[in-house]
Amino acid sequence: MGILDVKDVNKRFGGLKALSDVTLSVQENTVHAIIGPNGAGKSTLLNCLVGKLIPDTGSVMFDGQSVLGRKPFEINQMGISRVFQTPEIFGDLTVMENMMIPLFAKRDGIFRLHAIEAVESESELITRAEQMLDDVNMLDKRNMHSASMSRGDKRRLEMAMCLVQEPRLLLLDEPTAGMARADTNNTIDLLKEIKEKRDITMCIIEHDMHVVFSLADRITVLAQGTPLVEDTPENIKGHPKVQEAYLGEHA
Amino acid sequence: MLGLGKKDVTLFLIVAVLALFAPFILNPFPTDSGLAQFNAGYPDLMQRFVIFGILAIGFNILFGLTGYLSFGHAAFLGVGSYAAVWMFKLLSMNVIPAILLSMIVAGLFAVVIGYVSLRRSGIYFSILTLAFAQMSYNLAYSVLTPITNGETGLQITLDDPRILGVSATADGGIPVTNLFGMEMRSFETLTLGPWEFQFSVGYYLAAIIMLISFYVAIRIFRSPFGMMLRAIKSNQNRLYYTGLNARPYTLAAFVISGMYAGLAGGLLACMDPLAGAERMQWTASGEVVLMTILGGAGTLIGPVLGAGFIKYFENIFSKINDQVVHGWVSFLPDGLEDLVVGLIHPFVGKGWHLTLGLLFMLIVIFLPGGLVEGGQRIARRLRRKPAKDDAKSASTTPAE
Repeated sequence: MGILDVKDVNKRFGGLKALSDVTLSVQENTVHAIIGPNGAGKSTLLNCLVGKLIPDTGSVMFDGQSVLGRKPFEINQMGISRVFQTPEIFGDLTVMENMMIPLFAKRDGIFRLHAIEAVESESELITRAEQMLDDVNMLDKRNMHSASMSRGDKRRLEMAMCLVQEPRLLLLDEPTAGMARADTNNTIDLLKEIKEKRDITMCIIEHDMHVVFSLADRITVLAQGTPLVEDTPENIKGHPKVQEAYLGEHA
Repeated sequence: MLGLGKKDVTLFLIVAVLALFAPFILNPFPTDSGLAQFNAGYPDLMQRFVIFGILAIGFNILFGLTGYLSFGHAAFLGVGSYAAVWMFKLLSMNVIPAILLSMIVAGLFAVVIGYVSLRRSGIYFSILTLAFAQMSYNLAYSVLTPITNGETGLQITLDDPRILGVSATADGGIPVTNLFGMEMRSFETLTLGPWEFQFSVGYYLAAIIMLISFYVAIRIFRSPFGMMLRAIKSNQNRLYYTGLNARPYTLAAFVISGMYAGLAGGLLACMDPLAGAERMQWTASGEVVLMTILGGAGTLIGPVLGAGFIKYFENIFSKINDQVVHGWVSFLPDGLEDLVVGLIHPFVGKGWHLTLGLLFMLIVIFLPGGLVEGGQRIARRLRRKPAKDDAKSASTTPAE
C-alpha cells in the first residue's frame, strides 16, 4: 500500500479508450514519475486523481480514502496539491496575496466568511508566506503584480502556493514544459531542494527525460492508456520495451 | 484608525467631507444668478445622489470584486422599497424598522436568486439575473397586486393600521416618515448673502447611512473575504485546486450586494413613501451597471462618483431646454443663433441620454478604469513622476 493507490482504472471518451486497467502505487516520500508518448493517457490519469474526471471503473485511494466522486477542492483539502502545465496563478493579485489564499484555504477550509478583519492582521500566516517565498527566492517580488512576472517566476510562485499548504502529495503536470534549459535546471534544483527539506511525495508527469532521470525514484511508463513497466530509473533506461515504445527516438 | 490603513482613512475622510458638506459644495451659484439651474444642492437630488451611491457601492462588491455582472439589481431595490412601505403601513412611520426590514427581505430574495443564478457564470449569469428581475417586475405589476398595488404603486393611506403609530395625524393628514420624531422632509434654510443652502433631515440620514455602507465596503475590500472574491475574478480554476469552493463566496457577495440594494430601496421609500414596480425595471438595473463602470469598477470611490455623475445628468442636464440655450448664445446673429441652438438641441433637455451615452462611450474607450482612472492620470501629470514607477504603483493597488 502506497500513499496513492490507483487500481484497474478505465476511462473512455466515446470510442477512444484513454485509460485501460491502469494500476499503480505511489510510495510515501518518493518521487514517482509517469512518462509516456503523447496521447498515452498521462493527463487523463492525472485528471482522474484530482477530481476533474471520474473514471468509468476502478478505484483511486489516497491514504486509505477514496477520492472518487469528490470535488477538486475537497481532494485538495485531503492533502493533494496540483501544479499545472501552464502556471495557474491569480494574475490580478500580488505575489503575497497569491500566497495568502492557499494559507487561508488550509486553515479555514472550503469556505469561511472573513469579511471584517484585515488581511494584514493575519501576522502568523504572513510570516509563513514570507518564509515560503524566501525558500523559492521570491521574497523581493512579494508586492509584484503576479501577471507581469516571467513564466519561470510564475511557475515558482505556483509551486510555492502548493507547497505552503504542506500537501502530502504534490502532483506536477509537466513542470518544465516550454522552459529553457537553464530554467529547467533551476526547477530540478528547486524540486530536489524541496524533497530534501520536507516529507513530501511527488508525482511528476514529464516529457523531458533529463528531468525524469534526475529526480525520480520510480518511473511508470504509460503507452496507449496502459502501464507498460514500472521500475527504477536505472532499469527503465535500458528496458527494451520502453526503448521501443518511447525512447526509440531519443536513444 | 478604525481598522483602516492610512490611505483608506484619507479616502474615507474625503468621502465624508464631500457628503457632509454637499449642501454647500453642490450649490456654488447664487440663487438668483443665471447659473443657479446648475445647482444640485437641494435635498431631493442630494438624497438621490447618496442613495444611488449606496446601490452602486453594493453592486461594486459583486461586480467589481468577483466580476459577476448582475443585470437584475433593480429587483432588490424594488423589493426593499416595497418592504419599507409595508413597514410604514403596518408598524410605524419610524424609518429604522423599515430600513431593517428592507435589508432583510432583499437579502432573502438575493439568497434565492443568487442560489439559482450563480450556477452559471459570465453572460449566462447576467441573463439569469436579468430574467429574475424582469419576472419580479412583471409579477409586481400583475399577480402580486395585493402586495404591490400593481400599476398605482404601493403608498401609505389614512386607513393603514400602523400598530405603533397613528393611522392619521390629529388634523386628519397622512403621517410622514420620521426618525424618532424628526421628519424626513423637514429642512433648515441658511441664507448667506445671495446664496441659499438647505439642510434636510432626510439627506443627512441617507448620507450617514451611505458613509457607514462605504466604511463597511472598505473593510470588505481589505479583508480575506475580499481577497477571495478578487481571486475568483482572476482564476477560478486555481481556486478550486487550492481547496476553496467559489460558490459560497460568490453567493455571500451576491447577498451582501443585494442587501445594499435593499437598503437603498428602503431609503428611497423613507424619503418618499411610495413604491412602484418601475423601480424594478431592467433600465434601472442597467443604470447601476453604468454608474459602476463610469466611476470605475473595482475601485472604492468610483461607484459613488458614477452614481453622482449620472444622477446629476438625469436631473440637471435634462432641464436645459432650447430657451436656456437661446439665452446662452443670444449674442450671435439670429440665423447663426438658430443654427447653434439646433445643433445643441439633440444633446440637451430630453436628449440628455444622448450626451450621457457619448460620454459613457468615450470613458469606456479612453479611460477603461472610469472616472477614477481619469483622476489618477491627472494626479500623475501634476506630480510628474516617471511613468514606469506609476504603472507599478497603480497595478499593485487596484482597489482604490
